[in-house]
Amino acid sequence: MDMKQHCVKLSVQPSRGLVDEKFTVLVQNLLPGFQLTIHALHQCEDGHSWEAFAHYTANATSIVNVSQDPSLGGTYSGVEPMGLLWSLRPVPGSKTGLRLRKMNVQTPMGVTISVYQGHQKEGFLDQVLLASVVVERWYMAPGVRRVPITEGRLTATLFLPSGPGPFPGLLDLWGWGGKLVEYRAALLASHGIASMALDYLTPKETGRMVDNDYFETAYRVLEQHPQILGSRIAMLGLSFGAGVTLRMAVYSKGLKLSCAVCINGSHVQPIDGPLEQIMTYFNKNVEKTRFDEDNQLICRDLMLPIPTDPSLKVDVGRLQCPLLLVVGEDDQNWPTYESAMDMREMMERAGNSHLLTVLSYKNAGHLIQPPFTPFTRASTFKSVTIPPFTMMALWGGELVAHSRTQEDAWRKTLVFLRENLYGDMKPGALFSNL
Amino acid sequence: MYINLRRKPLLSVIADDLSCGGTYTGKEAMGLLWSMRPVPGSREGLRLRKLNVCIPQLVNISVYSGHVGVGFREQDPLASVLTERWYMAPGVRRIDIKEKGVRGTLFIPHGPGPFPGLLDMWGGGGGLLEYRAALLASHGYASMALEYFNPAEVNTAELELNYFETAFNIVRDHPQVMSDRVGLFGLSLGSIVSISLAAWSSVVKPRCCVCISGNHTHARGGTIGDVFNEFITNVHKVRMDENNYEIWRGMGLPIPDDISQKVDVGKINCPILLVNGDDDQNWPTVESAEDMAQMMRAAGNEHLLTRLEYPDAGHLIEPPYSPHFRATKFLKDGQKVILLWGGTTKPHSDAQEDSWKKILAFLQQNMYSSSGPRAKL
Repeated sequence: MDMKQHCVKLSVQPSRGLVDEKFTVLVQNLLPGFQLTIHALHQCEDGHSWEAFAHYTANATSIVNVSQDPSLGGTYSGVEPMGLLWSLRPVPGSKTGLRLRKMNVQTPMGVTISVYQGHQKEGFLDQVLLASVVVERWYMAPGVRRVPITEGRLTATLFLPSGPGPFPGLLDLWGWGGKLVEYRAALLASHGIASMALDYLTPKETGRMVDNDYFETAYRVLEQHPQILGSRIAMLGLSFGAGVTLRMAVYSKGLKLSCAVCINGSHVQPIDGPLEQIMTYFNKNVEKTRFDEDNQLICRDLMLPIPTDPSLKVDVGRLQCPLLLVVGEDDQNWPTYESAMDMREMMERAGNSHLLTVLSYKNAGHLIQPPFTPFTRASTFKSVTIPPFTMMALWGGELVAHSRTQEDAWRKTLVFLRENLYGDMKPGALFSNL
Repeated sequence: MYINLRRKPLLSVIADDLSCGGTYTGKEAMGLLWSMRPVPGSREGLRLRKLNVCIPQLVNISVYSGHVGVGFREQDPLASVLTERWYMAPGVRRIDIKEKGVRGTLFIPHGPGPFPGLLDMWGGGGGLLEYRAALLASHGYASMALEYFNPAEVNTAELELNYFETAFNIVRDHPQVMSDRVGLFGLSLGSIVSISLAAWSSVVKPRCCVCISGNHTHARGGTIGDVFNEFITNVHKVRMDENNYEIWRGMGLPIPDDISQKVDVGKINCPILLVNGDDDQNWPTVESAEDMAQMMRAAGNEHLLTRLEYPDAGHLIEPPYSPHFRATKFLKDGQKVILLWGGTTKPHSDAQEDSWKKILAFLQQNMYSSSGPRAKL
């Protein structure tokens, strides 16, 4: 029978949600035994198209529920409620080395979910489309306010949660790619934490890299903000940002952090001298980088072996606030695992290891991002060093394990932040997190 | 108002906990929406209806310390979040319709189509209300909200059945609508029109009908204005309640025995779902439904009929979580009166939730299923 006449009914609930919310994809009114492909399509801001797809066969109930039924093949297999998002990859024929990142967080990520007849693998535009819906995925919850920050020569954006506040605050740092990347801070604000995305690498007029005082200024902006609880400020960094976070947490007199989260970073860096010295240190060891068989750059050896010289490591034994380390064990860009083990050892010796939580994930790579972010094992990377260089960086990780890691790590990061930023409040103190 | 019964703070989940007072009590996941009412000091007879469906309804949910009953604006909440409630799903398209004298708004679901279609009609208040059609489109039905008279001009509305037949055909003939799967959806006067079309029209063949708070007690022929005026001839039967709100249900009783005074529902040959509240103070819809059942039984087409009746629900059975309005302003002959629609908030809200689920199931069975139309849910 012509399935067109049969009226397949596709629904995705909720059709609007935050990027870390799950949805249910339901296809109804199928004939038992009918073979179909569910396809997801997203066109990102720079015009590239990303797709995911999975093959299903309708059972006797004539319904396919992606949350309950197994995919028989495609960009993911098995029962994967959110596979249509995390397995998104550039459509065939795309440029190599792409990475999906939302730069404008004030609009949603639109994903078109469609049903095609049969088990299709390619050429979707030419196939028989049975049904299609549009789903919106948001980094900003309703009521979250986006506030560009310009004081103190900062390049930053503050996201304030919905409501009167006051809220705990957070400084959010990315890595060596630079640019002002807002989406994680926007999402954290959607979870009740006033978060400032901070760009600290875009070359300034001085031509020099920023130093500790830049972060202290950012911290002060949070501390003095009328809607932020100055006594409850955290710092979260990924990659190089994690190293900066550790440095500031331990050595900065101007920062009193309630807690710190470091994703795939390291404590290895020269601690005497300005931040710029770190670049020099890495440049010195650049011959330790290698290329794999696909000509993708592996940087993790730059900092190995973990030095014993204390002047080359942040002295985490002096840390006075809780620290969460998120480790992708297959990180090919930074020696995250080795660094985490060394930090644990240092803290055990110093007697402050009760502050440390390590979340270590097998087969997860460097770019541990919010849940359902499409996995990228390698992508084009342009550093902000002077001179800048572009290369294909190998981040590491394996699709399924890395995607599970993103979900689990995010959930636990939120718990960690809530416990340390909201916990132990005196009765009657203000809190906001419905 | 809640008492946090759990040992760990910050984990009070409204869906699981009991409200011990306020605009609703007990365990009510969605009570914060359906129990909304005008704030103290508001004008009488207000009704909340979304006119612009392209933007969401914004609701601020806040937490206050203690058990507070009044004066929320003078207090600072402990916390507050904003939620958005949408009538239009992403990708649904809104199209203004002005053709062949018909005025309406068509909402088309996203996707290749074609889709089953619906003609969506409201009641005696008039105007163009789009929200239910937008919501139906968000559930996969190409739905046209139909305007058939201006607000407050129902008694002079000059349209006859052919206006609605033309409107139905506009939906039917749309390239993205399945021409053999177009149904009728109405409330109040809109249901009356639906029942009339289903029984008497030789032009339109609805696939199925959903009729909320409707009735069949009017003679054939005449304009909408005539039908309305016929209903209210017995104006002496209008009663006033203790608040001076008008109770119109008496005007519809008794249900006439004379078949020429009623729509010949024995001629209906599509599944029809009647949704009524037994506390409907505006019209004797349950009595009408009972009479319709008898007529259809005698004619041999009762298998097409499904009746949903809800205890303590009133006339205005709307989509789920819409606040309940027991009485609201209505313009009658240029005069503002307040009509009693009936219903008690909690059972009426339950009726809205339950009936919507069943309406969607009925529509899916009759409009999407490939097996023939089926009346029984």
